[in-house]
Amino acid sequence: MKSLIKKFLKVAIILLFFSAFADVNAQLSKVQILDFENFEPLLNKSNDTVYVINFWATWCVPCVKELPDFEQLNATYADKNFKMILVSLDFKSALESRVIPFVAEKNIKAEVLLLHAPDANAWINKVNPSWSGAIPATVIYKNDFRLFHEGSYTYQELNTIVKPLINP
Amino acid sequence: MKKSFFTLIFTLLISVASMAQGYKVGDKAADFNLMNTDGKMVSMADYPDSKGFIVIFTCNHCPYSIAYEDRKIALAEKFAPLGYPVIAINPNDSTIVPQDSYSNMVKRTAEKGFPYPYLLDADQTVFQQYGATRTPHVYLLNKESDDLIVRYIGAIDNNYENAKNASEHYVEDAIEALQQGQNPDPDFTKAIGCSIKIKKS
Repeated sequence: MKSLIKKFLKVAIILLFFSAFADVNAQLSKVQILDFENFEPLLNKSNDTVYVINFWATWCVPCVKELPDFEQLNATYADKNFKMILVSLDFKSALESRVIPFVAEKNIKAEVLLLHAPDANAWINKVNPSWSGAIPATVIYKNDFRLFHEGSYTYQELNTIVKPLINP
Repeated sequence: MKKSFFTLIFTLLISVASMAQGYKVGDKAADFNLMNTDGKMVSMADYPDSKGFIVIFTCNHCPYSIAYEDRKIALAEKFAPLGYPVIAINPNDSTIVPQDSYSNMVKRTAEKGFPYPYLLDADQTVFQQYGATRTPHVYLLNKESDDLIVRYIGAIDNNYENAKNASEHYVEDAIEALQQGQNPDPDFTKAIGCSIKIKKS
């Protein structure tokens, strides 16, 4: 009996080990690193989709605080003409040590990518000329409709903007 | 009644507008009197022989500020002897980010041996007056007939992640331009930074 329990535990531990490993790998492939050149097209699609693009970082207190509201919005419109992209501005070196574990731990469903573009003065104005560079900051657009906000959003505020843009 | 209502709205609009704007290049900068990490108060008036100041809004917790710590030290070591000392100011409210408390500033100063004052903007008025929105955020001031004129606003250089990969050294170039009697070009740059944490009223 005792050896049976031992065997069971052994198998369970091995299974746990592999499932954890598989999970990390699944998340690993989910966070892509892009430079600005490759990221920029995501700011200028005209395919009738509502894009909500949020600039954040794992160490940014107000960014982390507003993430559940963004996730809630993403869940509300997941099957609609809607696309959310959470653009991490963490350092590239923090991808595996911070960003991927964070995404896994918080079980983030929206697409996460890491923008590696340290020459920020060269691209901040291309996101929006009124952006000072502080995060969080969010772009919401659909075709010609475009809105930018430096600072936090609540679910209520996001939904007020997004709801009228969703196709019936 | 109606008149006072409009006056109120007007005053509100003006105050919001001035809060959001802060200084632009060419504006006259005001002095401040803030506590350093040695417990002493520091003003720019304490430096009668300086030619200007590198005022940097920064803090303890922000990874961008930390990434620039050694570069701030290098700026101070290079330019203080040439008449442009660095003055660092922490504008954050520590009830929002405890790591940015005064005692943690004292600790960080001891760890890094900052060769410049590291001041606390305790009532959060100085950063609003200057118009800083993030850390780090640099205001280069130049002394011109007893006034301090803002001559550059923005980033230290163009690579927050790695000093060695920076190809533009904005603050150094700006000071060198001033030394030659020219206006810096560029005189305004942007950078990613941590938003300044404002006390909730």
